[in-house]
Amino acid sequence: MIDKNQAIQQQLRELFESQNLAVLATHRSRQPYASLVAFYATEDLKHLFFVTPKTTRKFENLKADAKVAMLVNSTTNQAVDFHQAVSVTVVGTAAEIVGPERQPILKRYLEKHPYLEDFVRSPSCALVRVSAKSYFMVQNFQNVMELHLNQ
Amino acid sequence: MKWVISAEDIQDEDRQRVGGKGYALVLMAKNGFQIPETVCISSDAYQEYVDHTGLRERIQLELHRKNFKEMRWEEIWDCATRIRNMFLQKQIPDHIANRLKAAIQVRFQDEPVAVRSSAPEEDTAKASFAGLHESYINISGINAILEHIRKVWASLWSDAALLYRQEIGLSVEKSTMAVVIQAIVPGDRSGVVFTQNPNDASQGVIESVYGLNQGLVDGTVDPDRWILDRQTHRIISHTPATRRYWMVPIEQGVQLNPLPESMSRMPPLNTQKTREVFGQACRAEDFFGTPQDVEWTYKDRSLVILQSRPITTLSTGKTEDNRGWYLSLHRSFENLKSLRKKIEEELIPGMSAAAEEMAATDLTRLSDRSLAQEISRRWEINHKWVNIYWDEFIPFAHGVRLFGQVYNDAIKPEDPYEFVDLLTQTEMASLERNRMLEDLAAQIRNDRRLAEQLQKGLYAEADPDFITQIDSFILKFGDLSCAVTGGSQCAQDSEPLIKILLEMANHPPAPLGRRKSQKAQLLKEKFLACFAGDRRTQALELLDLARTSYQLRDDDNIYLGRIEAQVLAAIREARQRIENTQSGNSDDSATNELEAVLADLDHRTEIPNPYRQKAGAIFDIKPRQLIGQPGGPGIARGSARVIRQHADLADFKNGEVLVCDAVDPNMTFVVPLASAVVERRGGMLIHGAIIAREYGLPCVTGIPDATAVIETGDIITVDGYLGIVTLGTGDI
Repeated sequence: MIDKNQAIQQQLRELFESQNLAVLATHRSRQPYASLVAFYATEDLKHLFFVTPKTTRKFENLKADAKVAMLVNSTTNQAVDFHQAVSVTVVGTAAEIVGPERQPILKRYLEKHPYLEDFVRSPSCALVRVSAKSYFMVQNFQNVMELHLNQ
Repeated sequence: MKWVISAEDIQDEDRQRVGGKGYALVLMAKNGFQIPETVCISSDAYQEYVDHTGLRERIQLELHRKNFKEMRWEEIWDCATRIRNMFLQKQIPDHIANRLKAAIQVRFQDEPVAVRSSAPEEDTAKASFAGLHESYINISGINAILEHIRKVWASLWSDAALLYRQEIGLSVEKSTMAVVIQAIVPGDRSGVVFTQNPNDASQGVIESVYGLNQGLVDGTVDPDRWILDRQTHRIISHTPATRRYWMVPIEQGVQLNPLPESMSRMPPLNTQKTREVFGQACRAEDFFGTPQDVEWTYKDRSLVILQSRPITTLSTGKTEDNRGWYLSLHRSFENLKSLRKKIEEELIPGMSAAAEEMAATDLTRLSDRSLAQEISRRWEINHKWVNIYWDEFIPFAHGVRLFGQVYNDAIKPEDPYEFVDLLTQTEMASLERNRMLEDLAAQIRNDRRLAEQLQKGLYAEADPDFITQIDSFILKFGDLSCAVTGGSQCAQDSEPLIKILLEMANHPPAPLGRRKSQKAQLLKEKFLACFAGDRRTQALELLDLARTSYQLRDDDNIYLGRIEAQVLAAIREARQRIENTQSGNSDDSATNELEAVLADLDHRTEIPNPYRQKAGAIFDIKPRQLIGQPGGPGIARGSARVIRQHADLADFKNGEVLVCDAVDPNMTFVVPLASAVVERRGGMLIHGAIIAREYGLPCVTGIPDATAVIETGDIITVDGYLGIVTLGTGDI
C-alpha cells in the first residue's frame, strides 16, 4: 500500500517549492489581519521563513502575539482551481531571527527569491521564522487532512 | 469557424474536430461510396456548450471529488448519472442552438435521423471506444435532435467510457465530443462486416440480421454469420441463426418485433448479396488502407454503408483491456430480460443447491485429509459463484440503472435518484425484522421487572412467553452476532440480541422515514404519463424488471453469503482441530495438511490505517474532512461506533453513528438506533444508503478506509447532503 503519510508530506514539500507567496494571518486587539509574504519552507517541514520591514502592521502584530497562520495554495485564478488546486493552512508561532543563524537562512531564502536581495539586506527588515505546529491541507475541493507536528 | 461540417467542406485538418467516425463518413461520401446524407457537428460546439453553461468545471469537480482509483464502479456510475443529469438540465444556449438548427434543418428538413457519437480521442488512443458512447436512431424534429445531441455529449462521461479512459490512460481534461447526424435508412436487412477475421487473417466475416442494425449491435438479435476467403471472396461457411426478431423504426426510436414467419425461413443475405457486401467493405479497406469494421444496410436492394472504422481488436499480442466488461455493464432491455430469466430459473436455484449440498456434509466426521480436500473444494465452489456474481448478477443490477436513465430522460427530475423511491415499493425483509425487534423492545420498555431480569442476565426467571419469542426470532433471523457472510466469531447465543433490545427499550422507538407506498404510486403515475401505447407497456415492463433487479441487489449478497458461510465453516473446523493438536491430542502429519491448506487461502486481515504514523515519525497525520458520496440527505453529529466484526454490533448505543465497511442486510437492525450511517463501500444504490433513506438518516458512502481511520468513540459529523464526514472538533 502507498504510504499516505509520506505521500502527503511530499505533496506539502512540492507545494511549498512551487509557490513563492503565502498569505500571513496575524491579529491585534482581537482584529485579524492578512498580508502577503514571500516565503520558503524547510525540507523537514518544521519551519517557514519570510522577510518583512519592521515598520509593518504584520510585524507589530506578531511581536504583540506570536501566534500566526499562513496559507499557501496553488490556485491560478481559473475555474480549474476548484478541482485542481491544493491549499494548505499552517498554524504556528513566529519569531524574529537574529544573530549568527540569520546568515545561512538568508542565503537559502535568496536562492528561492534572488530578486529580493536588496530588500532582505536592508537593516530595516526582519527575518521571521514560523515554527509550524499543524498543517491543514485541502484538496479535491473539500478533502481535508491534518498534520500535527510531534513536539 | 464552422460547427456543422459536410462532405463538401471537409478538410484534412478537420479530423480532430469531427472525430474519426465522422471524418471517415464524410470522406467516403466525397469519394463515391453510397452513404446516407451525413453532417458532423464539430467538437467546437461541445466546447462552447460546456464553457457557456459552466458544465466544464462542474464535470471536473464531480470527477475529482475523490481519487478515481478509490471509486468503485457503482460510485463511477453515480458520478456518470449526476453528470448526465447536468446535461439533461442544461438547455443548449440560444446562440449555439440557433447555429446548429439552421444548418441541420437545411440538410434534413423533417427527415428522421441518427444522432451518433464521434469522439476525437478514439483516433489518438489507437483504442476502440466502440459502444462506449451513445448513439440514437430514428430521431425526428429539430428540438428532439438537439436534445439527443446533448445526450451524445453527455455520453462522453458514461461510466463505461470513464473507466475505459482511466484504464488506457487518457486525460479527462482533454476529452471532447463531436456528433454525426445521419439520415435514417430504414433498411430491411443490415449487418456488420469485418474485412479481416480477428481470429484468422486470411478470412473475412459478415454478420447480418433482418431490419435495422441496432438489434445486432446491442446483441438482442442473433445474426446469420458467414466466413469468407479474403482473397477470393468465396464463402467458406454460413452459420444460420434462429431468426425470431427484427428491429424496426417506430415514431421516435426503434422497437424489437417478432420476425414474420415467411422471413424467418430465409437468411437475410443470398450468395450474391454476401459478395456485394464483402466487396464494398474491401473497397473501404483499400480506401482507408487498413482492415475495416463496416456497418451497412440494404434499402430497396440498394446497399448503403452506415459507417466504417479500423478494426482495433486484431490480435496485437498484448493483454486484452477490459472494454468488454465495461460494456457488459450496459445491457439492453431485451438482454436484461433474458438475464433475469437465467438468474431466477438457473443461477439462484444453483446457488441455493450449492450451499445446501455443502451444508449437508457433517464436517466433524471427515478425516483431517478429507477436511483439507473439502476446504479446497468449497473454496473452488465459492470462487466459481463469485465469478458468476460478477459476470451475471452485477450486470443485472443495470436493470435499476437502465430504469433510472429512462426515468430521468422522461421526467428530468432535479434529484437524479428520485426513481429509487419508485423501486422500494416491495418491502425489504430487513424492515419486517426490524419491526419485530421493535415489538420485543416495546415489551421490555413497558415491563420494568422484565427489563431488570434481562439486565441481570436472569433469563430463566423472565416471562417464558417473552423468551419463546426471542427463541423464535433467533430461529428465523439468527442471533444477530453472525454476519450474513458467515463470520468466524459466530456463537449461537441470545445475549447480543437482548443487549440490543435493552438499548432499544431505553429510548423511544425510531420513527420510520416517510413511507414510500403513496409516493411510489404518485411517481409511477407521473412516469407512465410520459408514455402512450406500446411505449407505455414497455415502460411498465421496464419498471417491473427494475424492481426485480433492485430487490436482487439486496438478495444476491445473501445467496452468495450462504456459500461463503460454508467455506468459513470448514475453515473454522480446521482451525479447531489445529488448536486441539497444539494442546497435544492429535496426529501431527494430518494437521500439517490442514495448516497448509489454510495458509494457501487468501485470509482476511484487518485493514491497516494508511495514515498511521510509523515510530519516530515527526508528523501525526489524521483526516479532518473525508469526501464520499451523498447517500441520504441530512446532517448529524455523534459518537462513532466502528463495526470491524459483526459482534461489535451488540454494543451499539442509541444515537451513535454506524461506521462500517459495508452494511450487509443482517446488520441493519441497529439502523433504527443510529443517528447516521457511514460506509466505506460507495454508491447511491447500496444497502446502507437504501436503508438510511428508509429511516430518514443522513448517510455518506464511499469513505475510503472508513473503518480504519475512524475509531469507536470519535466524534464525527455526517453531512449527507454533500457527502462529507468531518472528524473531531474544530479546535486547533
